[in-house]
Amino acid sequence: MEYDEDDGEGILMKVRGVEPVHEMVVPGSVRLSIAGMTCWRCALRVEEALNNMDGVESAVVNLSSAEAFVTYDTRKVSVSELAGAIRKEGFDVGTSCLTMGIKGMRCASCVSKIEDALNSTPGVVDAVVNPASESARVEYLPGLVDADTVEQAVVGAGYAVGRPSAEEPEDREQAARQREHATLMKKFWLSIIIGVPVMALSYPDYIGLGELLPRGSTALRIVWGFMGLLTLPVLLWAGNQFFIGAWNAFRHRSADMHTLIAIGISSAWIYSTVAVLFPWIFPRAELADVFYDVTAIVTALVVLGMALELRARSRTNEAIKKLMSLQARTARVIRDGKEEDIPVEEVVVGDIILVRPGEKVPVDGVVTEGSSAVDESMVTGESIPVEKSTGDEVIGATINKTGSFKFRASKVGKDTMLSQIIRMVQDAQGSKAPIQRVVDRVAGYFVPTVIIIGILAFMAWFTFGPEPQLIYAVVVFVSVLIIACPCALGLATPTSLMVGVGKGAENGILIKSGDALETAHKLNAIVLDKTGTITVGRPSLTDVVVSGGVTENDLLLYAASVERGSEHPLGEAIVEGARQRGLALLKADNFKAIPGHGVEAVVAGRRLLLGNIKLMRAEGIATDGAKAGAERLADEGKTPMYVAIDGSFAGLIAVADTVKEDSASAIRALKGLGLEVVMITGDNERTAQAIAREVGIDRVMAEVVPEDKAHQVRLLQLEGKKVGMVGDGINDAPALAQADVGMAIGTGTDVAMEASDITLVKGSLSKVATAIELSRATMRNIKENLFGAFVYNGLGIPVAAGLLYPFSGMLLSPIIAGAAMAFSSVTVVTNANRLRMWKPREVRG
Amino acid sequence: MITKIIVDAVGLVLIVLIAWYFWFSRKKGEAAAVSGGVQEAYIIVKGGYTPDVIIVKAGKPVRLIFERREASPCSERVVFKDFNVSRLLPEGEKVAVEITPERPGEYEFACQMGMFRGRLVAEAG
Repeated sequence: MEYDEDDGEGILMKVRGVEPVHEMVVPGSVRLSIAGMTCWRCALRVEEALNNMDGVESAVVNLSSAEAFVTYDTRKVSVSELAGAIRKEGFDVGTSCLTMGIKGMRCASCVSKIEDALNSTPGVVDAVVNPASESARVEYLPGLVDADTVEQAVVGAGYAVGRPSAEEPEDREQAARQREHATLMKKFWLSIIIGVPVMALSYPDYIGLGELLPRGSTALRIVWGFMGLLTLPVLLWAGNQFFIGAWNAFRHRSADMHTLIAIGISSAWIYSTVAVLFPWIFPRAELADVFYDVTAIVTALVVLGMALELRARSRTNEAIKKLMSLQARTARVIRDGKEEDIPVEEVVVGDIILVRPGEKVPVDGVVTEGSSAVDESMVTGESIPVEKSTGDEVIGATINKTGSFKFRASKVGKDTMLSQIIRMVQDAQGSKAPIQRVVDRVAGYFVPTVIIIGILAFMAWFTFGPEPQLIYAVVVFVSVLIIACPCALGLATPTSLMVGVGKGAENGILIKSGDALETAHKLNAIVLDKTGTITVGRPSLTDVVVSGGVTENDLLLYAASVERGSEHPLGEAIVEGARQRGLALLKADNFKAIPGHGVEAVVAGRRLLLGNIKLMRAEGIATDGAKAGAERLADEGKTPMYVAIDGSFAGLIAVADTVKEDSASAIRALKGLGLEVVMITGDNERTAQAIAREVGIDRVMAEVVPEDKAHQVRLLQLEGKKVGMVGDGINDAPALAQADVGMAIGTGTDVAMEASDITLVKGSLSKVATAIELSRATMRNIKENLFGAFVYNGLGIPVAAGLLYPFSGMLLSPIIAGAAMAFSSVTVVTNANRLRMWKPREVRG
Repeated sequence: MITKIIVDAVGLVLIVLIAWYFWFSRKKGEAAAVSGGVQEAYIIVKGGYTPDVIIVKAGKPVRLIFERREASPCSERVVFKDFNVSRLLPEGEKVAVEITPERPGEYEFACQMGMFRGRLVAEAG
């Protein structure tokens, strides 16, 4: 490149290797980090796409640093357009994300005004303003612009910037619950302190005041009046949530627990107060009685029940809180050669991050330097630390145990595995299990029905009951309303579901929805994909059979040396096998690949041939003695390879896709759960049967092309089975979706996770049995809860209505009804919490 | 005797009123406002959803903004089971739920216990 004048700009351009630009052009240059480029072809594609853009002067993509250097005309093209072009090629641009609170938004036009201001700031890739949460989410290139500048843009547009609260919604929810709990307990103490003496005074005979306060006396009326005044704050303050709740529900033409309690306690109080103020309106003196104790004690009990329930419910979601607390707060990134501690939110894709022993891995990425053991139990449920070295993936929130290593961030923010897990668990916990549909239908009619039953009971006792009829009628009416507990019904399913899904996450089992959880307990057949699910998914050395004078190790050493540089999976398997036996490979000369036959080379002065039977025949090498051995190996599903040294047959080396260590025990466990286990594979019948025998599977579907897997699952379903499908690959996705429950195994592909109902994080096959056990335990818990709730309401309401009175003279006091109601919902939640103790049964080997 | 007849008559009238009020009366819906191509409605969660019937056009995106103004844990989530959407509603915070009812029809939303209910009525556009 020649320059006429060497002005400052020229030098700058020269340094970047760019043609000097035309006078009119406003030059800009930017360094963009790109994620997802794995090969030089990708880099070329990006480079080409950028260079083809109008306004781009030059673009150079460096694959090893995963960066693009672009020089461009700032008036013709913007950074976000550059980023867009890169994205269009299927790669991601390393950007930072920032969410900030915005104050002063009053109209719809504010949204576009702020968005425009942000988007016109150089370096901002995308800005979205959410008027609902009064916040803006800005994606920007950290090299070009920083958070302060982004904020300035908003301020410049005339709005104030506030920090979005750093707390998680869950934390705030927790704080709100604690406040609620404290208030409820205060209400309880007030009600019980007033309620106990009021109850005592309601029965003067029992506390030795019968003579002082005879029936019909003015003294008794004054005491009653005093009781009425005392219970008024209980009714109006301690019981206010019942009235507020009842009114709110009433306006929406619905009714809930609050409606029932509100009507119950106010009926008791009003009746009593009428009896105190206007005793003469009652036809007989004994009808002028008071129930102030019902008001106070029932309020106390129900409020206490609500407080206990709140406490128990906040425990049901411990799993997700645990997950959220796992997130690392800071990351030590290496930028411009310097170590820097930065908040984890500011880490961008492509950053190199240093992790020391005992520290948390802040985000997801790939190790670039160093090695260590990493404890991944919090994400995968596997308790043994996993060895990591260059090229291995690390997951954010896991804990580095032994050594230091550096890694390149590949996923940050909401894209990390932990964030995805949290989102998935939250969604699943809020979803509905089909079993709840029945409950939903009942819940809609429940409360009005109870009120109607209460009125009918009142009418029956008033019309046909014993004297004093009015008193009995009031008592049964109040009891019926108070004993009914819609909450126990409503809580039964969601609470258990929440605990069950959370429990799954703790064990590395991600359940997508309540539907999946419920269906999983009904499964009676399970289809396992062979490759990658039952087997490791890549071949490894299994047998070395010598024939003639060489030792096993020598034979392997020679073969491995020949295959040294091989990229063929079978060759790699042999090299890896030799390495595992500690053999130092030799140099191979005159390497020659013979397509369709094998390879030849000279190792340590000896001529080696390695390949199939065709190679031996072509070379005229006698292999008579090897035939039986080769067939036996093939029967076992292995691929035998013939080795000849200096023109004579020397032995067989077999490789095979080996079965994972725990596959056999996992399959035994599945059978133990009463499931029919079926293997599906594209492999030939012989290999498939060999593997099936080894792991104990009776039914095999072999030679199934990927497109046909879903169809095979459908055929099984047509046999009347509920079919679970376990797979890991993209080509399993249709089958996973077709199955009643699709389980994606391993970190797998996003496609498989998307199509599946249950994801087994890094799971071995044994997690499948655990997942099914968990689903059964959860469903049992839900059924216990529903049974309890139905029986409680089904028995409690008739008894409260006085159904037993004609036979046994038994009638429920409203106070007993209140106690029963208060503790029934606590029982349901406590039972659900019992699930937290659930532990996966260890798969017996 | 006459008292009993009167009381029972009042009881029966009450029963009929309750059944009518809670089950048989139809609620009128509120049409969602359209802003920037999105149909928007603002729903307050307090003892129920206000408004609880939202009328929208089918096939167009809908944004429902929920604000929960109570601490009762019953309403802490809103579930759209037809859309497989469930959102946590922290007290005092506005949470937007975005869905697109592709076909005309009635889509129910409710709290996770099903005590609070609302309907999204999608009309043929």
